Amino acid sequence: MQLGYIARRFGVFLLIVWLAASLNFLLPRLSGQDPVRTKLLQSAQLGGYVQAGLEDMVKEYNKRFGLDKPLWRQYLSYLQSTARLDFNYSISNYPRTVRELIADAVPWTVALLGVTTLLAFGIGTLLGALLAWPGAPPWMRWLMPPLWALHAIPFFLLGLILSYLLAFHLPLLPIFGGYTAGATPSLSLAFLWDVVSHALLPALSIVLVGTGGWALGMRGMMVTTMGEDYVTFAEAKGLKSPTIFLRYCVRNAILPQTTALALALGQILSGAVLVEVIFGYPGIGTLLFQAIRENDHFLIQGIVFTVIVALGLATLILDVVYPWLDPRISYRREA
Amino acid sequence: MSPDGVQRVTGPLPPAPSRKGRGSAGWRYLRRNRSLAVGIALLSLLALFIIIGNLTVDTELARPLSVRALQPPSWEHPFGTDRQGRDLLAAMVAGTPLTLKIGFVAGFLGVGIGTVLAFIAGYYRGVTDTVIRGIADIGLTVPGLLVLIIIAVSVRGGLTVNQMAIVVASLAWLYPTRTIRAQVLTLRERGYIEVARLNGMSGPEIILREMMPNLLPYLAATLVNAVSAAILASIGLEVLGLGPLESPTLGMTLYWINFNAAILNGWWWWWVAPIVIILIVFLGLFFLTVGLDEIANPRLRQQA
Repeated sequence: MQLGYIARRFGVFLLIVWLAASLNFLLPRLSGQDPVRTKLLQSAQLGGYVQAGLEDMVKEYNKRFGLDKPLWRQYLSYLQSTARLDFNYSISNYPRTVRELIADAVPWTVALLGVTTLLAFGIGTLLGALLAWPGAPPWMRWLMPPLWALHAIPFFLLGLILSYLLAFHLPLLPIFGGYTAGATPSLSLAFLWDVVSHALLPALSIVLVGTGGWALGMRGMMVTTMGEDYVTFAEAKGLKSPTIFLRYCVRNAILPQTTALALALGQILSGAVLVEVIFGYPGIGTLLFQAIRENDHFLIQGIVFTVIVALGLATLILDVVYPWLDPRISYRREA
Repeated sequence: MSPDGVQRVTGPLPPAPSRKGRGSAGWRYLRRNRSLAVGIALLSLLALFIIIGNLTVDTELARPLSVRALQPPSWEHPFGTDRQGRDLLAAMVAGTPLTLKIGFVAGFLGVGIGTVLAFIAGYYRGVTDTVIRGIADIGLTVPGLLVLIIIAVSVRGGLTVNQMAIVVASLAWLYPTRTIRAQVLTLRERGYIEVARLNGMSGPEIILREMMPNLLPYLAATLVNAVSAAILASIGLEVLGLGPLESPTLGMTLYWINFNAAILNGWWWWWVAPIVIILIVFLGLFFLTVGLDEIANPRLRQQA
């Protein structure tokens, strides 16, 4: 039964992968755009060359990229190469492949998003639980209005404000990039600190906003959970307050939070893309921004596909882990 | 709250005896529902800014090269001017309604499509329900901004404000569909729906005359939420450079701020105005949603 559940979830994951690939293939072709021609025209205009050889170049490139074959053959070979994670060459960085460029950017984004999402989720959940708990210190009530306000604003807007306050007004932290320009990447402590200090501002914008959201969600769930009969029963049994708080209230209230986490990953990532752009952080978001600027369709498609698949995988893992967190749902079909 | 613990959807205001009493009841209700009051106040402030601005400011100055570039705020240009020679006050007065328009068009389309799909799925169930729910569930786990990017770069030439609204609307129905469907599922098991069905009312009649009126406060909250999400998505696309390059929308102003590194260069007046307006938009819409949620779901009142 449990295997059936995992198999079904895996099927959905494969469906997402296929849909993402097909979307990537179909949308640009529906619009009848010729990415190679657009790009070549653009560079011709920028460089001011004579456009005499342009048509021949377009033909040659189209042949090389396989864009002159019938649509269904292009689709099949597209799916094939996508399955091999081969997204062709980047048009704007020609000798480099899209896969290389993405592989360079992914660790940055994974590190930033992994750490910040876990921090925001952990701190927010704990804070939310305490906010609903009658035994919490009274000053915590004052945290509510700022949390609400933070939750309502986009990541990158806070990023802009923070970059002015902490990098321009009080120059405490570097404002741009992933490490100081010209520094040689090495495993030394100095370089490590350089990287961390560059990541602090983007991370702070994501953590502050995210914490507000998780805290509000958890507080709502705690209030509902604390009204349950089993909590009253635990109190009547004379259990210690911390036990009731952790083992009875938090343990149950955290379950919908985890579902919400799986659902929120996409949104968090969309927000983080913009934060990276604002801070010029060398992750997937900035790479995507450059690809859009340069009109590099292959790179854009490669990034979108990779990100959708990566998030699908993350959601799959969360969904498979979920029955283990909440034994009540393990063998049931979702309602 | 009802004894069976099922949430009841009720009308917003207690019945008022007279026209005169109704206004004061509204005020009293706003004093109880603080979030609603804050939301309405923030959005009214914004509306006032747009209306007064349009009456007093020449929005032609929002075009590039119409004033001296990069002037800090002065009597002549209260919000200063940007690097391309736009008067920023004029840009805000002209651009804020454009951004709101994108949000409202996409939000209305999203909630409209979402409501229809949700009723079809939630009321009639069956295979259609499985398909609609499946699409919405899968669609929601995918990062929306990235799909919008693929759509936006596929449109030939730059997007106009109207095309922007349509592009954003293409994903804006997913969340409304999912949440409204859940509401329809609980509504459909209620006693009065059962009675209506036994009385021989047809499906569309039950949906329109029995279910819709009860869902209205909930739909309103969903709509405000959708508008907010649509504005966020449109600003996201614009910051990435996929917006209407010629229009002074709030997101495009942010794009130029980032493009010209206004923060690093110390041109603070350039970004203060758009950021404050965007903050007001999002905070206003957020508090409005919370307030409307409280009307739609009276159980929340006890928690506040």
